[in-house]
Amino acid sequence: MKPFLNKVLPHPILTLVLWGVWLLLNNTIGAGHIVLGLILAIFIPWLTSGFWPEKVRIQSPLTLLKFLGVVLWDILVANMAVAKLILGRNKDLNPGFFYIDLDIETPLGISLLANTISLTPGTVSCDLTEDRKRLLVHALHIEDIPATIKEIKARYEAPLKKVFVAC
Amino acid sequence: MFEWILSALIVIGAFFTLVGSIGLYKLPDFFMRLHGPTKATTLGVGALLIASALYFSFKTDDISLHEVLITVFLFITAPVSAHLMAKAAIHIKLKQVDRTQNKMK
Repeated sequence: MKPFLNKVLPHPILTLVLWGVWLLLNNTIGAGHIVLGLILAIFIPWLTSGFWPEKVRIQSPLTLLKFLGVVLWDILVANMAVAKLILGRNKDLNPGFFYIDLDIETPLGISLLANTISLTPGTVSCDLTEDRKRLLVHALHIEDIPATIKEIKARYEAPLKKVFVAC
Repeated sequence: MFEWILSALIVIGAFFTLVGSIGLYKLPDFFMRLHGPTKATTLGVGALLIASALYFSFKTDDISLHEVLITVFLFITAPVSAHLMAKAAIHIKLKQVDRTQNKMK
């Protein structure tokens, strides 16, 4: 049963996402679209599985949900903080670059971490070294670099590392 | 009451989008300017889309949720384009304000 399922659904998460996107795009939950969406969601991953060589497993969905909650909350807070910084005087801003040494190894995990960093408190991810070990980040206003790195690692990297495991 | 909530959401959205644009205009160097559009706009557009979803869900018979997709695509694409622009900017050695810590050379 298991190998058969793997063959029909090479990327079950992608299938679910495509199905959801199809229904949202059509803005309906009519029976016709549910069936059509399911057919597309099964065939598209199957046809494109050659482009997705490495598989990723989601280990603990609960951690992922908690992570999403934390990120959404941080986006809210980040927007207020950045709005205040932007409306303040330019002279008071102390921008800076710093490197984060990554513990996370899966490409999907790294890209999600980089995205999260760009969306949250005053930081934009700028570059990833070729060996995928260090991420360059630019901060709009930074006072204590080691503390910020520690916070990013604990708040975003740790849960992502726990959730996305390569198979 | 409902109209008040919607209006508040739209005003909040407009405010944060405006702040993003102001940041794009007044911040001193390229890397700092990148912060405006990547962040201030996520909440701005987010609030506008929530208002849209609420309005069309309650004023018409159907639930309207495709706004969620716009948010998701925005959250995926905004950081990616910021990342690529920053990478290119470092590559061609764009000027950074003097007080930048650990300047890229």
